[in-house]
Amino acid sequence: MIEVKNIEKSFADSKVLKGVSTVFETGKTNLIIGQSGSGKTVLLKTLLGIHTPDSGTIEFDGRVYSELDPDEKRELRTEIGMVFQGSALFDSMTVEENVAFPLKMFTNNNKAQIKERVDFVLERVNLVEAHKKLPSEISGGMQKRVAIARAIVNNPKYLFCDEPNSGLDPNTSTLIDNLIQEITKEYNITTVINTHDMNSVMEIGENIVFLKKGLKAWQGTKEEIFVTDNKDIVKFVYSSNLFKKVREAYLKG
Amino acid sequence: MLIRYLSQIGRYFLMLKEIFNKQTKWPVMKNLILKEIDDLIIDSLGIVCFISFFIGGVVAIQTALNLTNPLIPKYLIGFATRQSVILEFAPTFISVIMAGKMGSYITSSIGTMRVTEQIDALEVMGVNSLNYLVFPKIIALLMYPFVIGISMFLGIFGGWLASAYGGFSTSQDFIQGAQMEFIPFHITYAFIKTLIFAMLLATIPSFHGYYMKGGALEVGKASTISFVWTSVCIILFNYILTQLLLG
Repeated sequence: MIEVKNIEKSFADSKVLKGVSTVFETGKTNLIIGQSGSGKTVLLKTLLGIHTPDSGTIEFDGRVYSELDPDEKRELRTEIGMVFQGSALFDSMTVEENVAFPLKMFTNNNKAQIKERVDFVLERVNLVEAHKKLPSEISGGMQKRVAIARAIVNNPKYLFCDEPNSGLDPNTSTLIDNLIQEITKEYNITTVINTHDMNSVMEIGENIVFLKKGLKAWQGTKEEIFVTDNKDIVKFVYSSNLFKKVREAYLKG
Repeated sequence: MLIRYLSQIGRYFLMLKEIFNKQTKWPVMKNLILKEIDDLIIDSLGIVCFISFFIGGVVAIQTALNLTNPLIPKYLIGFATRQSVILEFAPTFISVIMAGKMGSYITSSIGTMRVTEQIDALEVMGVNSLNYLVFPKIIALLMYPFVIGISMFLGIFGGWLASAYGGFSTSQDFIQGAQMEFIPFHITYAFIKTLIFAMLLATIPSFHGYYMKGGALEVGKASTISFVWTSVCIILFNYILTQLLLG
């Protein structure tokens, strides 16, 4: 579980996060949604330790991040898996080398053990055929799956995903969403996803945090999103006619 | 503007400190060092050999053409070629060229990793990205004096060929001049300079790549800026070291 308490963050004169408090629960897919400029990415990067908050605290299962010493912070980071928006695969390494990277860096496993684990996670993300290929030789959807495999290979406790289905076709996008949700349940990890994609919200949104202008404007589940009368989230989620009709159909039963 | 430069210099020294913090595991680091030796040292040998050979030849020809007084002995061609190549051409001139070749490679490769979030990925995983990316380059460039040694040899060899076979002096005269009044400390001086230039070549381009912001266009700009600053630092340090060691 990740507990965020009253996080504030400014850049120059611009206050991006204005006191965000929320809880991201273990075993659930937690989604951060909001318009561009609402502070989603800053919140995610603050959770990852890339940005330091001006005030407030972040607790990872009771461990207050700001109170940890540098070694403890690095140790905590080994418990984190991250799927970047552009996948951020190491382009000089093959798919299997990318996935093996965290194991080579942070475990004392021998080559056979590393290979066994890499084969297992690549099979888990349905990528058995791409071991020896370079990231530039595979599609965007496959790159995302490699990034997920790399993120989970070291059995993380926390999985962060920044726009995991941006630039993907609807079918691949749904596959990636379902894969993330399955992995979250299977390994009982705390997953936090930063997304714009309303399909993802409707598919896997078990705990949705809606940000508006640096503040938490709403929090709930995908079922609650259909019945909420919060004007901000209704305006944001049901901006397209398709989703308006979906909502109407849901409310009619 | 001065404050900005001072702030950048401070940031550079903080980067140097961070490079030596929390070392990457040796089995991983060993492979990174071998890869950097291949990319930075072995891949540079061809161009260094080519330039050294021909510039050595040109130095010998230019010296010969300027020795018009018949009272000046021809063996001075060999002497002047040796001194020019060992003291300045090989360590300094080649290092400025390497600031372009190695420097732009280092800045663009690290800069691209920054732009594509690969450095963020390393940091999020808990890897000391500066140690992972820059330390192997520093270690690989400890072999840089080996490159400069080859450059010295080929420069003098090129001078000898151009002089003897171009009809500017006899082979015997050139060799006599090349061996005349040899001061072994000049070699030590050249290699001390080379080691310091190697440190500059590894760290200044890395600094410009690591801390760059923006996209693909900025990677190109960072490479250019890194070449300029690496060259400026090499020339400045060349002056300071010459004054300290030979002055």
